[in-house]
Amino acid sequence: MLEVRDLTAEFIREGEVLRVVQRIGFDIAAGEAVGFVGESGSGKSVTARAVMRLAPEGSSIRWGGRILFKGQDLLALSEREMTDVRGRRIAMVFQDPMASLNPVMTVGQQIDDMLMRHMSLSGAQARKRTVELLGLVGIRDPEHRADDYPHQFSGGMRQRVLIAIAVSCEPDLLIADEPTTALDVTVQAQILRLLMRLRRELGMALMLITHDFGVIAGMVERVYVMNNGEIVESGAIDTLFAAPKHPYTQALLAAVPRIGTRRSA
Amino acid sequence: MSDAPAPKKHHRGQTMVFIGLAMLAVLLLIVVFGPSIAPYSPSKTSPNSLDGPTAMHWLGTDSIGRDLLSRLIVGGRGTLFITFVAVALALAAGLVLGLTSGYMGGKVDLIVMRILDVIFAFPVFLLAIAVVAALGPTVRNLILTIAIVYTPAMARVVRGPVLSVKRWDHVEAARSVGVGEFAIAIRHVLPMVISPILVQTSLILANTIFTVTALSFLGLGPPPPDPNWGSMLAEARQFMELAPLTVIGPAVAIIFASLTFIVLANGLRELLDVGSR
Repeated sequence: MLEVRDLTAEFIREGEVLRVVQRIGFDIAAGEAVGFVGESGSGKSVTARAVMRLAPEGSSIRWGGRILFKGQDLLALSEREMTDVRGRRIAMVFQDPMASLNPVMTVGQQIDDMLMRHMSLSGAQARKRTVELLGLVGIRDPEHRADDYPHQFSGGMRQRVLIAIAVSCEPDLLIADEPTTALDVTVQAQILRLLMRLRRELGMALMLITHDFGVIAGMVERVYVMNNGEIVESGAIDTLFAAPKHPYTQALLAAVPRIGTRRSA
Repeated sequence: MSDAPAPKKHHRGQTMVFIGLAMLAVLLLIVVFGPSIAPYSPSKTSPNSLDGPTAMHWLGTDSIGRDLLSRLIVGGRGTLFITFVAVALALAAGLVLGLTSGYMGGKVDLIVMRILDVIFAFPVFLLAIAVVAALGPTVRNLILTIAIVYTPAMARVVRGPVLSVKRWDHVEAARSVGVGEFAIAIRHVLPMVISPILVQTSLILANTIFTVTALSFLGLGPPPPDPNWGSMLAEARQFMELAPLTVIGPAVAIIFASLTFIVLANGLRELLDVGSR
């Protein structure tokens, strides 16, 4: 479904070019869960943003290569066509749920907006679906909570709301960029389970970006390991865990304390 | 957005906003009902010129026997009307320019801000005097002039916070779900910058009162016979030893009006926590 070929990303600042993603290629099949692992600065977040064609605000970035989504090159689309892809076909969940919601709109309004924009629902239809979605992501008493503002939700609950926004239009691909990094450990597991369940129920592909092999374990089928803007190793998760070939992967795995016991703990 | 605002500060902000609003109500009363609450016609003369306060004329009369209180009320209407309309125009222009410039950034930002810098570089009075002198001292020209003079300040106040808010995560989150740039600017950026705009608008209102009265004082205000605080002050100057109220009256009115907006601005600043976020 997603075929990325020769992807490059270059930051341009004051005439200087800094290449942060070096001609990488990867595939994600429909319904598949794929992990991207690497340390900060390895280019994994920029890779995720490339698929959405989102440049970090205030920077100027140049994409190269091809990102074929169902045969269509996303890098060749106009900015206007891209807004129809974002949220509708490909959606994204960010790292910091505390900052990713508009503080002056109720969470219900923010989901309604999506449904009205992408699904052409009327206000009343959208609200009905919003309440369903909030229930789906595990918000209790969704009818009333829909009228609450983000500051009335805890971090974990806000991440659930963001996930509800992301899946509201049933995208084909959900990109989760460090979705649990900003959360408490106990909440992390809940959010990961939620992502798993939604992926199954909605038949979405999942692109999970993380620096933490513990998060990947049990979540995804295949893993790409990134370092310095390159994919250094890739493969099925079990093979990679059992016998990491690249020294960087070995180092990353060694950095995780007692892998495999963590999820049952 | 602080989770634990200092309660005392909050309380003081509320009190100040309350006082400011009460004062504003007085001003609005004058603007809306001006002539109908004035005891006399502001241009009706009487033989008792330069009188002190009497039962008939509470604040006395001016040099040709016109009722000072009536002239203050009707004159206030003129001054305040010009002030409000001019600031409203400056606010509208500043919002559009500041939001566009700050949000779009790049070349647009560069061009818009440089043009505004040119206006900003002139001393307010010099520019106002030049424009009014060139176009003639009518109410419309005065309003336009003041609107132009204060547009750069407004645009800057809007642009500053927009520059930082547009990098906030929720803006990127909105973009990531396919919200268009225009909708992001209006719905996800603008509401975040309302507080500083409110405070600044109030401060600019206070400044504008001074500008309007000063221009009128210099004879560049709306032409007679319509009274206004600035020209009343100018006329009364020569008799101020004989009838101090003719000077004190407009002066106090001007101070009251600008104090209204300063109190309001400070109250809003504390209440909305502008600048400490």
